[in-house]
Amino acid sequence: MADSRTAARDDAPLTTSKHADAVDEATDALIEPKGDSLVGRTVTINRPRAELFAFWRDFANLAGFMENVERVEKLDGRRSHWVVKAPKGTVEWNSVVTEERDGEFIAWASEEGAEVRNSGRIDFRDAQDGRGTIVSATILYDPPAGAIGKLVAKIFQREPAIQARRDLRRFKQLMETGEIATGARNRRLQEEGKN
Amino acid sequence: MRALTWHGKHDVRVESVDDPEILNPRDTIIRVTSTAICGSDLHLYDGFIPTMMKGDVLGHEFMGEVVETGPRSTLKKGERVVVPFTIACGACYHCGKHQYSACDNGLPADNQDIAQELYGQPMSGLFGYSHMTGGYSGGQAEYVRVPFSDVGPIVIPEGVEDDKVLFLSDILPTGWMAAENAAIEKGDTVAVWGCGPVGLFAVQSAFLMGAERVIAIDHFPHRLALAKKFGAETINFEESKTYEALMEMTGGIGPDACIDAVGLEAHGFFVDNVIDQIKGSTFLGTDRAHSIRQAIIACRKGGRVSMPAVYGGFIDKFPLGAFMEKGLTLRTGQTHVQHYMPALLNAILEDKIDTTFLISHRLPLEQAAEGYRMFHDDQNEVTKVVLKPGLELAAE
Repeated sequence: MADSRTAARDDAPLTTSKHADAVDEATDALIEPKGDSLVGRTVTINRPRAELFAFWRDFANLAGFMENVERVEKLDGRRSHWVVKAPKGTVEWNSVVTEERDGEFIAWASEEGAEVRNSGRIDFRDAQDGRGTIVSATILYDPPAGAIGKLVAKIFQREPAIQARRDLRRFKQLMETGEIATGARNRRLQEEGKN
Repeated sequence: MRALTWHGKHDVRVESVDDPEILNPRDTIIRVTSTAICGSDLHLYDGFIPTMMKGDVLGHEFMGEVVETGPRSTLKKGERVVVPFTIACGACYHCGKHQYSACDNGLPADNQDIAQELYGQPMSGLFGYSHMTGGYSGGQAEYVRVPFSDVGPIVIPEGVEDDKVLFLSDILPTGWMAAENAAIEKGDTVAVWGCGPVGLFAVQSAFLMGAERVIAIDHFPHRLALAKKFGAETINFEESKTYEALMEMTGGIGPDACIDAVGLEAHGFFVDNVIDQIKGSTFLGTDRAHSIRQAIIACRKGGRVSMPAVYGGFIDKFPLGAFMEKGLTLRTGQTHVQHYMPALLNAILEDKIDTTFLISHRLPLEQAAEGYRMFHDDQNEVTKVVLKPGLELAAE
């Protein structure tokens, strides 16, 4: 079956596949796979590729638009420390850049001992005819069993695809408009999460 | 501050709520001087629009004075502005094409999910119109937080009264875009379903764009009389058969362009309308859509159909065969208000377009709930209610 599908494969991203084993194929595209749940999202941002790449590569910036990320600390040129919000406190891990090409892509993976093993890559390509940059995020993560598993499910809001989509929308808003849209009337309502 | 809040079907109240604040660099806060109740607010009032929450502040047609500005706002304190009902960033691909109501960034990220599921892609934000459109507090209030104030609000010259320019916020550009979407050619006959504010502005716009004849369709005599005042011929669908009348009045051809300015809440007991109503009340969820069906059937071969009317979901029995066989063109969409505001402000200042004729009632904000009831119950006499937060309560 796999052979026949490979032979007839269409041009759609593996993250949109109807087949459960697409994750194995996608794994080949990641530099150092960690985890067995696959999330992929693409957004077009009306800004130059170099600008978006530089903003993302400065990992401390990511906490500005990733809802569940409290902060990211730079350890050295390739390693960073992630602090992610959890129902009681935080979970933390170290992440290392496994491969990158300036202005094109960044691939990363969690280091040994991470509570939530994860890896991913973010790709930046020029959109057609000067329409900005197509940004694709592909994330593999390993939801552990037991109590930690439930915690992870909460961190990723049970539906990691929704979280990734929302985070990418916020990235787009920040880069295109200089701010992140909120429907709240004032600070109190914003802090209560009322949009 | 005081504000008109939604609590459920036919339950709106003027209450004290906490004031708005600047949250983002491009925000401004305005003190509202005039705000109107829109026909589409009645969709909220009647409980047709999902994702409403108790306490939501309504209102998307408003203007006022700038009282506070964020660091990246280009407005100055004291300036008088009219605010577009569409919340658009001015920086994304769609805003670049002046498709402001399709803005990518006007909706908060979390609020985009529903529209993405329902429509395929999320649209711009709207003031005071449910959480699916952003959950933004609306303009039927003393103060409003206005995002993207450097690209949205238009500054009004001194000495021009509110009533002349207030409708730049929604219904005037909506009526104008409806006529533009009808691609009117010199000598055309244009039929307009619905003589509410949008329909009446579409009548005026169609003549300005070169229509030879405009035929206005409604069942409220007072509204038909207003259309007649602007030179339209009229059909009262309670007195005459609309399709037959249109065919006879156009020499058996049908109107060259048809504008549906009715939409979601079409009145009248037509068979398809009653079926839609039953489905609506049993949560089978279809829009009541008689007017768009009739517009497609009446339109001449190769003609144009424009649909400014608001639809939110799905309809049954869309006459797809007639639409295809006759080779019609259908254009629609929420209004790209920011695109139309400057030229229409000039048209008002040059007295080419009259807007004040529409206002039948002026009330203090405190009487807003009464304004909703009046507008809902008597659409013949009550053509437009404008709320003035500064107006003294009438002596009892």
